[in-house]
Amino acid sequence: MKLVYREREWELRGGLTARAAIKKIGLDPEAVLVVRNGQLVTDDTLLHEEDEVKLIAVISGGVGGGGHSQGRLEP
Amino acid sequence: MKCKRCGEPAVINMRQHKLGLCGDHFTEWLISYTERAIEKYSMFERGDRLLLAVSGGKDSLALWDILLRLGYDVEALYIDLGIGDEQYSEQSKAKVERFAAGKEGAAYSVVNVKGTYGKSVLELAQEKRGRKVCSLCGLVKRHIMNRTAYEGGFTAVATGHNLDDEAAVLFQNALRWQTGYLARQAPVLPSTHPHLARKVKPFFRLYERETAAYAVVRGIDYIYDECPHSVGATTIFYKELLNQLEERSRGAKQQFYLSFLQARDKHGLFQQELAQLELGECEKCGQPTTAPTLCAFCRLWEVE
Repeated sequence: MKLVYREREWELRGGLTARAAIKKIGLDPEAVLVVRNGQLVTDDTLLHEEDEVKLIAVISGGVGGGGHSQGRLEP
Repeated sequence: MKCKRCGEPAVINMRQHKLGLCGDHFTEWLISYTERAIEKYSMFERGDRLLLAVSGGKDSLALWDILLRLGYDVEALYIDLGIGDEQYSEQSKAKVERFAAGKEGAAYSVVNVKGTYGKSVLELAQEKRGRKVCSLCGLVKRHIMNRTAYEGGFTAVATGHNLDDEAAVLFQNALRWQTGYLARQAPVLPSTHPHLARKVKPFFRLYERETAAYAVVRGIDYIYDECPHSVGATTIFYKELLNQLEERSRGAKQQFYLSFLQARDKHGLFQQELAQLELGECEKCGQPTTAPTLCAFCRLWEVE
């Protein structure tokens, strides 16, 4: 199966769960969503040889830059 | 995994709630969960005018979508910071424009930092050597949000901060025992000065993966790439650490943040830090400040 994360691609054999595939390429299952053949699926989904899987990173950063006041007195 | 409500294939498994749901039931659940947070924490009411800070990212666009669906009177604000040789800002602004074009009642305004103040945040950072871009960016955004809310007569400023954002900030503040910040970190920051807008975070109980999943299920086209300046940011590292904890212990992030709120609000943790410093008004812009003359934002633009 083809696994895509950001600009990287992997070829893995089918028969793994999405969770196992995520761990196999060194990512944290908590930090990605799994889209299989265009559909969002849970990470216990069994992936098949012909599947196209896209992993979507869910972490966004720069909280300070996002206007998070962190309890400051001023705006 | 099957949807707990209808038995169709689930699109998300929310382990901390022991709840797996299909796309339709997840959307319904997330909207209702957000609405309950708004009501329970008295963030705002129907009829209030809300200013929503939008970045083109998943959280703010998902929140905009939900507030519109719930029928709140919301206007969005996009702050064009001129980031990433302006390309990143252009791309994120395009996401906001695209969202608004496809949504009835989605009104927004844009404040261009360079056009309004003469320099982009990046140019400002180059001039102020030693100050981090993210810190300047935060200061500029908070000032503009507050000013726009005050001048426009908005009841509150809403942001898309989620539980992962809040937990990462809590972790950061706890590592340094910044008790003043810990005393005031909250889903609702009340107005403590006539020129200071109330700030609210309706997504503060939602995991980041849930807001992302909502955006995917709803087909919201958001900016997927990180801000180029946030790559390697400490906050991202803290989020990764907390996710490792979550992986080992279901619900750890939720417990960390919500128990903190409970310990503080019900049991008085850090209460002694709330003896307020007096807020005055900036001599130049009139915004609230603890400084005797100019606020931190206006000091940025002073020629050194």
